Order: sequence, then structure tokens, then C-alpha cells
Amino acid sequence: MSTFLAVFSKEARDYVRDRRTLFTSLLVGPVFGPILFAFVIDLSIDRAIGGTSETLELPVIGAEHAPNLIRFLESRNILPVNGPADLDAARAAVTSGTHDVVLRIPPEFGQRLLDGVSARVELVSDLANSAGERETRRVRNALNEYNGQLAAVRLSARGISPMLMQPINVDSVDVSTPSGRSAMLLGMLGYFFVFSLLMGGMNLAIDSTAGERERGSLEPLISLPVDRETLMLGKIAATCLFMMLALTLSLLAFAVALNFLPLTKLGMTPNFGAGTVGFALLLFLPFSLIGAAMMTLVASFTKSFKEAQSWVSILLFAPTFPILIVSILTLRPRFEFMFIPSLSQHLLLVDRIKNEPLEPTHLAVSMISTLIIGIILTAVCARRYQKEGLLG
Amino acid sequence: MIEVQDIHKSFGEVQAVRGVSFNAPDGRITGLLGPNGAGKSTTLRVLYTVIRPDAGSARIDGVDVVANPLAARHRIGALPHGAGLYPNLTARENITYYARLCGVEKNAIEERVAGIIDLLDIGDFADRRSKGFSQGQRTKVALARALVHDPKNVLLDEPTNGLDVMATRSLRDLILKLRESGRCVLFSSHIMQEVAALCDDIVIVAAGKVAMEGSADAIRERTGCDDLEDAFVRAIERVEPAQ
Repeated sequence: MSTFLAVFSKEARDYVRDRRTLFTSLLVGPVFGPILFAFVIDLSIDRAIGGTSETLELPVIGAEHAPNLIRFLESRNILPVNGPADLDAARAAVTSGTHDVVLRIPPEFGQRLLDGVSARVELVSDLANSAGERETRRVRNALNEYNGQLAAVRLSARGISPMLMQPINVDSVDVSTPSGRSAMLLGMLGYFFVFSLLMGGMNLAIDSTAGERERGSLEPLISLPVDRETLMLGKIAATCLFMMLALTLSLLAFAVALNFLPLTKLGMTPNFGAGTVGFALLLFLPFSLIGAAMMTLVASFTKSFKEAQSWVSILLFAPTFPILIVSILTLRPRFEFMFIPSLSQHLLLVDRIKNEPLEPTHLAVSMISTLIIGIILTAVCARRYQKEGLLG
Repeated sequence: MIEVQDIHKSFGEVQAVRGVSFNAPDGRITGLLGPNGAGKSTTLRVLYTVIRPDAGSARIDGVDVVANPLAARHRIGALPHGAGLYPNLTARENITYYARLCGVEKNAIEERVAGIIDLLDIGDFADRRSKGFSQGQRTKVALARALVHDPKNVLLDEPTNGLDVMATRSLRDLILKLRESGRCVLFSSHIMQEVAALCDDIVIVAAGKVAMEGSADAIRERTGCDDLEDAFVRAIERVEPAQ
């Protein structure tokens, strides 16, 4: 036990002394995570709510022919401005991208309305231009609404209920909870935490195996009267410690950052308080053993520090695949997924953030199977440490 | 006391050691002398149990290195070739780490480490980080930490490699001190003068075999050469090269 503690504390101290490496491995997650996340959220907010709250400037040709329509558009937060000279100029402007959408009101518009026949307006837009699509849809919706109002007024004037024109009234009911909606965005968090956890221990795992060998300090170490397994366990434990430390920092950074992100604008109330942070730490604890053992194992096979770095970096991305596949297929948590490390942690954490009830069996299966895989990897590592090939 | 009997070790196609036997008694300095690639390091690595021999056996104070490597290591302090330190730790911390690993009692560690720092005369740089140490300083600290569990047998693999004259001299004094304290010292080198000046017994190794063993005088006598270098070359020529 004293040997184990000696290795553990030495590796930890050694790592802390190497400030530069320590900062990069511990802070990449907590700093870049929230920044990246804020960026994505900001984009989404822009797309989701930018539409109705912002004033849309709409170039109009012939605004003077339909003052009522113009007033209506203004009431819908669409500000008509002077548009191009004629229809051809409008086409050119839309094609070149100067305007996304142009409305043309022909001179006979008012007369036709008075006559009770269909009055024509022209909406010039480029349907292939997805950026202009939202503006076009907004203008079209406003025009449809105006159309509906006029029709209702005409029917009423003739003593007919406007309701006749609406045999079916579609009312859409959105049942997604605010938390549920936020989870779509928060879904990427699972991988993010896996990543920052692995980053936290990566350099220590490499340094304590490949680095130790390259420095020539491995051979004197294993010629001491101590078990090689004990040495290895101490190194793996130290790696786990820094992995959990990096995860803690990332979780805290997120918990703080979420308070500053305008998530409520998106109708989101993610459940990311102290309880969730604690839950995530517990959830990922067995996973850190897998990460540490796997990295130690891979690093022990490499010939040099550099080679170890490139191989272990690949390991950083390995846990993405199950998460990615499940995210793309939008699969719900299932019992059999709980056997897959990184994926089970991701799904359970997302559920927790979504405030959905957790299946206790899922949680138990995830933690126990992850722990067992971690122990198996550690045992493989122990076998590797008995081999002469360890010295390269 | 180290007894080596007919050790063989191959790495793939390469037969590094092809039957090395010798004894290194307590209170004496035994030198493994041989050209590069002769199998000196491989022999020492078998002795400090980092690798296992394919055949043959070796005992440290009567403990078999294959059957009971942990007990054998308790009796050995090893300085492998090119042994490295932890650059972020001070010399004292490097030594203390080994003391803790070897299970030196907590309240005895400080005293033990201080004693060794004193013995090896490394107090001047004991509390500096070992990052910028010279080769001589590094070797001394590496030797200090190898001795921290007070082993009765000391194995040194080319310890003077890369050392300047002064550092070599002080290392030589240290090795003599170890002999005075009754330890069994086994060290390898490819430099004849060094071995001749320091060793009580010389084991000349070439092509994985023992070419000759005895005192410097005995070797000169048996080869009929007055000059030790000629004797060394003559002895090596007797061994047929490995495949």
C-alpha cells in the first residue's frame, strides 16, 4: 500500500510541477467547452427567434398603391422601404443578392380590390437561397394573414360568417418540455465531457509509461524491490485522479456558463445544478478507469513519447463513435446501450439534464459494466507490465 | 555475493549471452569487461531481474533471480545504463521517492536520505530540480537512490560513461567506499584501464561468453601479455563470434 501511495503521490506531484502540460490538459475542456457551446447556442438563438423580434426591411415597388397593406405590414414588424425601380431591377437585385425578397404592388391593385376581383402582388425571391427563405416566409405569412382579414371583412359585409371559410382550424400543441428542447443542444455535452476527462489524464498516462521509458527511469524503477503491478496501479490511479479533476473543472465551468447563456430565450431550462455535477462525477468515475488503463496500455506499446502521443490522441476520438451514431439516429436510451462505455454515460447524463426519470437498472448496468471493462483493461495492463517488451 | 551459472539469453535471432558464469564475492569489486555488444548489460539485466534468462541460473546471496525475483531485488541496488531521473523533482525528492517505494519507514526516510546524500557528497545540489544536472550529477543521484534500501549487492552498468575525469574519480572513490563497507560490487565497463585500476576480479566477456576471468595480474600471466590491452584483445580473440 505504501508503495502504491508513493507512486500515486509522486506521479501527481511530478505532473503538477509541469505547469504548462498541466494547464493545457486541465483547462482545454473547461475553457473551450463553454466558449464553443456559447457560440453554438448563440447561432441557434439567432435562427430560432431572430425571425419575429427583429424588424424586417422589405423593399417595396409601388407602395403608394396599397397604403392599407403597408400599414398592415408595419404592424407585423415589417418595414417597407423604397425598392428597386421596376420588376426587372427587382429580379436583378434578388439574383445578385442585394435584396433577399422584393414586393411589387401593381398600380391597379386598389381598383381591383374595389371591384371585388383578385388583386395581384408580386413577391420576388430566390428559393434556392436558404438565407432569404426565412424573410420570404415571413412576408408571405403576413400577406396571407392580410388576405384572410380582407376575406373575413368581405364575407361579414355580405352577412356570411367568416367561420364558413375555415371548416378546419389547426391548432398545433407543442409537447416538448423546455428542458427537453434544451437537451437537443445539450446532447453534445456528453461527448464533450468524455473528451475533457480523457484530455485531463492523457499526458500523465503517456509520461508515466512512454516518457518514463524514454527518460531511462523505467529500468531503475522496476529493478527496485517492488511489484510491477503496484507501480502500474499507482500510475493508473494518478491518471484517474487528473481525469476526474479535468471533468470536475469542465462540469463546474458549464454549470457557471449556463447561467450566462440566454437559454431561457430558447425556452430552455437545463437541469445543471450541483446535483447534476455530482451525478456526472459518480457516473464517470468508473469510466476514468477505462480511460486511464487504455491509455497506459497503448502508451506501453509505443517506442517513444511522440509515438505514444499520436496513438493516444486517437483514443481521444474513439469514444465519439457510439455517441455520434446514436445522436444521428436519435435513438432513445436502451438497456443494451448501457453496456457500452462512453455511450451509456452520455445517454444517462443527457437524460438527467433533460430532467427525465432515470431507470435505476440503467444506471447500475452502466456503472457496473464500465467498471468491469476498466478492471479487465487494468488486468491486461498488468500482464503487459510483466513482459520484457515493456522496456522497448 | 552473486553467483552466475551458464546464463543464456537471446533477443529474437540475436544471441546476446551464450553461457556466462562467474562469482562475485562480498567485499570485492568485480568488473565485467568487454567490447560493446559483448553481453555485459544483458547479464546485469538478468541479475537485477528486468529480463529473464532463457537458460541457466543466478543467485543473489543464495536467492534465485528467476524463482524469486522480488526477494533477489531486495538484495540488489542497480544502476542501469543511462539511468534517468525525474526532471521535475529535486535530487532529494528523487531519492526520497525510491526510499518510499522500497518501504523505508516513514520517520526513518529523512534520515536515510540525508545519510546517502552525505555519503555520495551531493548535498550541494540536493535541493535543485534535476532538470539541468550534468551527467556526473545525474549518475551520482541515480546511484544514491539505488542504494537507499541499503542493498548488500551493487550492480553498476557502465557508470562512468559520459563522465569527465573529476566525476570519474569521485565515482571510483565511491565504489571503493562500497567495498569497504563489505558490499559485493559488480560493475561493467569497456575501458580496461578503469577496470584494472579498480577491480579485484575481472571477468572478460566477449560475444556472449566469458573469455577469461581472474585478477589483472592473473590475466596478464595467462595471456602472456604484459600490457593489459593486449591481454584483453588476446582473450577476446579466443571466443568464436556469435551467429
